[in-house]
Amino acid sequence: MSAQKKYDRLGEQVFSKVDKVNAELFTLTYGSIVMQLIKDYEDVNEVNVQLEKMGYNIGLRLIEEFLARSHVGRCADFVETAEVIAKVGMKMFLNITGTVTDWDSEKKEFSLILEENPLVEFVELPEQYNKLWYSNILCGVLRGALEMVQMKVETKFVRCVLRGDDSSEIRVILKEILADEMPPGDD
Amino acid sequence: ERKKYLSILKRRGMTTPYTFIIVGKNDNPIYEAEFSLGQKRDSNLQSIQTTPSSSSSYQTQGHSLNQFILHSALDVVEESVWKSNSMYLKVVDRYGKSFISSFVSSGHMKFMLLHDKKDEDAIKNFFADVFELYVKILLNPFYVLNSPISSSAFDIRVRKLAVKYF
Repeated sequence: MSAQKKYDRLGEQVFSKVDKVNAELFTLTYGSIVMQLIKDYEDVNEVNVQLEKMGYNIGLRLIEEFLARSHVGRCADFVETAEVIAKVGMKMFLNITGTVTDWDSEKKEFSLILEENPLVEFVELPEQYNKLWYSNILCGVLRGALEMVQMKVETKFVRCVLRGDDSSEIRVILKEILADEMPPGDD
Repeated sequence: ERKKYLSILKRRGMTTPYTFIIVGKNDNPIYEAEFSLGQKRDSNLQSIQTTPSSSSSYQTQGHSLNQFILHSALDVVEESVWKSNSMYLKVVDRYGKSFISSFVSSGHMKFMLLHDKKDEDAIKNFFADVFELYVKILLNPFYVLNSPISSSAFDIRVRKLAVKYF
């Protein structure tokens, strides 16, 4: 499909123009964030929630950078949004491309498949943390970023390579399209 | 006693195994494995209790004897570290007809090998490759430094290296 190819190319273009950081530094930093959260909260479910919250705050700010750098126009529909996220967004910030699959009948839900994930390099998840979604920060980022462009979504991991699956999968569900709100103070 | 053990092994047609251990900063065991040509016996920390005791009592005796031999060489390894510029220390000690070679990482993790054949190149490369695997373990945020390595992936890869080099 030509739309896909267009976003592939755009993704590569944008990636070549942004500043890069050392991948190991990135992975190790994220690893120690997760470890510290585990030490502080002790409950794995709470850590999942906190990672998502952190991601949410990142996403709120990230979207501006993304739109400024990539110059993508308005997406015609949610399907196009999904492609842009997978091919341009992921490429720009993580240098990976995701695959969009498993649409539901109303085109309100999709799965984002990640074959590789720089956050989990060298990580082996011990048994006692089996309920941890290690890369949960990504779910938050998606939720925050999409909220800023008037889409309220629910995101969650359904598969993760650290748990033995061969790829990671995030399920994205569109809850509602937010109407533009008048800024406070206007009469 | 060691001579008796060796002669028993020769009668049984088994070649003496290589024993490989990794020892931490407080002389605490991090990883242990024995490789014998043709026969791979799993002798990780966790499985010491499960080694069958009936017919292979010589093996279990030999098993702990090898570890004991390696641990007794720890002092010599410590001294040798300061005499050398490289991490690979070659043969640091001998026990009967066997040799003890050692490799100490910059973080003072001591990799030691008990062996009969003096194949310096193979041993040097073995140590270098195991060291790379060890560094990858260190990069795992869930690994507590200086603690035993329980990863089965690590164990499998170390054994593959042993097959490759010995």
